[in-house]
Amino acid sequence: MATIAAVIASTHHPFYYRASTSTGADRPPFADEWVAKILSFRETLTRANPDVLVLVGSDHFHQLWLDNMPQFLVGKAPFYDANWYNEEREFGLPRMFFTGQEDLSAHILRGGLDAGFDLAFSNELRIDHSVTCPIITLRPQADLPIVPIYTNIFAPPLPQPKRFVQLGQAVRDLVESWPGDLRVAIIGTGHLSLELGGPRQFGPHGPDPEFDRKAVEWIASGDIEKALGEVSLESLWEPGNATHGFMDFLLMMGVAGAGVKADYADTLDLFHTMEAYFTWYPQAASGIDASGGRSR
Amino acid sequence: MSKYLLDKFLYTIDRDPELVERYRSDPRGTVEWWEAERANAILNVHGGESSSWLKFDDVERQALVTHDYVKLFELGVHPFLSLTLFIAMFERDYAEPLAFQRKFGADLSHFNLPYPDITT
Repeated sequence: MATIAAVIASTHHPFYYRASTSTGADRPPFADEWVAKILSFRETLTRANPDVLVLVGSDHFHQLWLDNMPQFLVGKAPFYDANWYNEEREFGLPRMFFTGQEDLSAHILRGGLDAGFDLAFSNELRIDHSVTCPIITLRPQADLPIVPIYTNIFAPPLPQPKRFVQLGQAVRDLVESWPGDLRVAIIGTGHLSLELGGPRQFGPHGPDPEFDRKAVEWIASGDIEKALGEVSLESLWEPGNATHGFMDFLLMMGVAGAGVKADYADTLDLFHTMEAYFTWYPQAASGIDASGGRSR
Repeated sequence: MSKYLLDKFLYTIDRDPELVERYRSDPRGTVEWWEAERANAILNVHGGESSSWLKFDDVERQALVTHDYVKLFELGVHPFLSLTLFIAMFERDYAEPLAFQRKFGADLSHFNLPYPDITT
């Protein structure tokens, strides 16, 4: 049976690639601190020694469009091309290419459908920065096969927040029941408070630092009950008009489990948005160290 | 009123480098061409099976023709689409990094919560 090597939740910031690779006068003043935090965060995946990555993100009107919009979609393809012209244009993101772990995609689709999630699927999916950003930050060699899972946090009407938690719990169970004898890291990216295309965008901090403080506490402590008690589809407009991306953090809290504290938590207060990085090691509680060996 | 069609315009222009430049330099001509030739095309569907009913109203068409992203926000377009396309067209005209993005936000500063509904 598969082993969950790590559960990771993160913001996805498309500016990281350019900030971290720029030099001289082009290098922003916050780049060095940001890179240091990312290198530390990256180590939490490296030490988990994964074989496969399940990646939860959200298409930003690239391949998925309003004439045919799925709420939850699992990629099931042997390969994935990645990043789009407008991401290259605005963020300087590189074109990327990945191998798919197609049998795990099939297992998640079959099991998810049987568990009551009417998952859409795609046999030819070009993925975007919600999935490639965590690969750039956490596994830049991009050498592991992937299973992409897209959620709709973007084009209302959206699923309820609790549905994201439930799907996360199901994905956890499905990966654990996969017969493949491999180490799987489940990585999902979302947002804390965020405004895009509205009056509060690109301020000195995220649009709602108080929401960010509470959200980081909910995630780090695994407090699903409190998070679901305080957010709704309606309330998430208030911290910023793109804050529904927090629901992908809720999904990852579902993967990690109710009440399970993150083994690693870090934040970085940037202009425009707060970055946040969390890692859980499900095996640690059962006496197995992060790399798969038995701890002393 | 068709928020969907406004979003479709922004989406299909934004993903095509030639159309981004054409809309920047000739907004009226681009909007008129697009409404006549592209508005009813179902993406990923053969051209002989287009829709027959999609068109802008006068207010929507005028907002697009005048590059009026404030009016588009008021009309409930998806803000990610408008931000992304207008950055592509006008960020280049500002010397300071993020200066256009900040102007875009400041131009919307009279909007309070709740913002116009973007549900399509």
